[in-house]
Amino acid sequence: MDWQAFWLTTRLAVLVATVLIVVGLPIAYWIAYSRWRWKFLAEAVVALPIVLPPTVLGLYVLVALGSRSPLGRWWAMLTGHTLAFTFAGLVIGSIVYSLPFAVQPFAASFALVDPRLMAASATLGASKLQTFFRVILPLSLPGIVTGVALSFAHTMGEFGVVLMVGGNIPGVTRTVSIDIYDQVQALNYASANETALVLLALSFAVLSLVYGLNRKAGAAWPWK
Amino acid sequence: MQSPTDRASQNALTAQFQKRFSNAGRDFTLDIRFTIAPGIAIIFGPSGAGKTTLLDCIAGLTIPDSGRIAVTGRILFDDSTHTNLPVQHRKIGYVFQDLALFPHLTVGKNIEYGLAGVGRSDRRKRSDAILESFRIAHLRDRKPKEISGGERQRVALARALVADPCVLLLDEPLAALDAATKSKIIDDLRAWNALHDIPILYITHNREEVFALGDRVLVLENGRIVADGTPHTVMTAPRRESMAQLVGFENIFHAVVSAAHEERGTMKCRIADSNVELETPLLRADPGSKLFVGIRAGDILLAAVHPVSLSARNIIPGRVLSLEQRDVIVIVRVNCGVDMEVHLTLAARDSLDLQPGREVWLIVKTHSCHLMAAI
Repeated sequence: MDWQAFWLTTRLAVLVATVLIVVGLPIAYWIAYSRWRWKFLAEAVVALPIVLPPTVLGLYVLVALGSRSPLGRWWAMLTGHTLAFTFAGLVIGSIVYSLPFAVQPFAASFALVDPRLMAASATLGASKLQTFFRVILPLSLPGIVTGVALSFAHTMGEFGVVLMVGGNIPGVTRTVSIDIYDQVQALNYASANETALVLLALSFAVLSLVYGLNRKAGAAWPWK
Repeated sequence: MQSPTDRASQNALTAQFQKRFSNAGRDFTLDIRFTIAPGIAIIFGPSGAGKTTLLDCIAGLTIPDSGRIAVTGRILFDDSTHTNLPVQHRKIGYVFQDLALFPHLTVGKNIEYGLAGVGRSDRRKRSDAILESFRIAHLRDRKPKEISGGERQRVALARALVADPCVLLLDEPLAALDAATKSKIIDDLRAWNALHDIPILYITHNREEVFALGDRVLVLENGRIVADGTPHTVMTAPRRESMAQLVGFENIFHAVVSAAHEERGTMKCRIADSNVELETPLLRADPGSKLFVGIRAGDILLAAVHPVSLSARNIIPGRVLSLEQRDVIVIVRVNCGVDMEVHLTLAARDSLDLQPGREVWLIVKTHSCHLMAAI
């Protein structure tokens, strides 16, 4: 059992889920309420990581992070090394990869909030931002919890993007799923099974927690 | 001290605007021009007439295409100067048809929602006062789901009024309530407005509410104000067919003027496609011109023998087609060349011994025939 890989994966997942709250909420708000006619294109782009093979996604992220892209050059100038094959690069790749798993539940729950409630909030003097924090966010809490948990769990188990962007550097980019792959390659089935079992149990625990919380939320907030 | 008229003109809502909108696939233009003084003004009209769109334009939830809206001299919207005050700065109380109470907040928090900029102790004082004046202080810690429909209406009213709006918009807020609950809420609203004196626009499609509440009624139809006045004048002298159905003429007929008697102030009209001729009030219409005649089912008398020595000028023979009891009213359909609906009491039915097929005479006073010019 590679506890280092486990710790690294957990850190990665927590960080990605946190960033996705900050990045995902405004994107979801825009997707749920914008009346821009080309909005569907943006929706398609956000959903791309669901259908694209992780290798394709990983390849593009790798290129974007590499020293030949503006982003890669800027990062290299700032830090002295490229983003590829670093933990930071892994975080960026994972954010892109898990974006739809946060944004879609967020946007779906925003869209369910009765527009008349937002209108009422406005007539009572609240700005759009105040309405968001006082009405929309509390009423979409189950969707927010789902989105955060899904992006966390999804990052915990990712493989392809990590391999493409991060490689397999112990303590830096070697995540649990890559560790399992390694062990199987080395015919180390007992150890692979052990790690896989822990990942399975953890994923189950996270999802049970989410669905349990949402059910309890339903009981505490009977309007849902 | 200001005189009452000064205050009235200061607090008036002036609106003159146009807005194209579509309802159920049909395109309408809302074309509004009115000034509303403090007090309750009823906006009456069928569904789809544009009532909610009208309120949304005043509240700023919908932007008119052109025109000007002002309250108390404060301009809310003016397309000529590109002024469009955002909703949250208009200070307009709006009670939505479905109330739109915040389900996750208690009654107290709902009411204090609009007092975000007010200090904590002052906020509590003001919410306590309004809870008290709408008799819902005991509900402060309940959620909207946990109180009755009438209580929810009170909460919605209190929430809209606590921030001292300049205008109150009510979108059929009491439609679902029984008459007793309704009139108590209205009394409390009147008491509140006796102190604050703001214009209140009350939307309804319910005829009884028009008579019960309004000092003034404006009839909205297909996006236009087609009548404006006291409830009695507007509702008893309708001008057009679709309005007549709204205000309760069970009998409406196409008719042609056959003769005018200027000196008597009456004229004769023949109901289209029949031999029935009615004496009606004079409407300055030339013989041959077309119009609508509306007669309320409750204004028609029914006689079992040919009546003599009556003041009523219209005595029409006919035959009973059917009788139907609805609650305490008997609806009698009579064919007299055209089908007419007559409403009787149960006792009247029994004493006349009415049966389908029986010969009867319909008696209609000249002034029970309401004329509407065809358009």
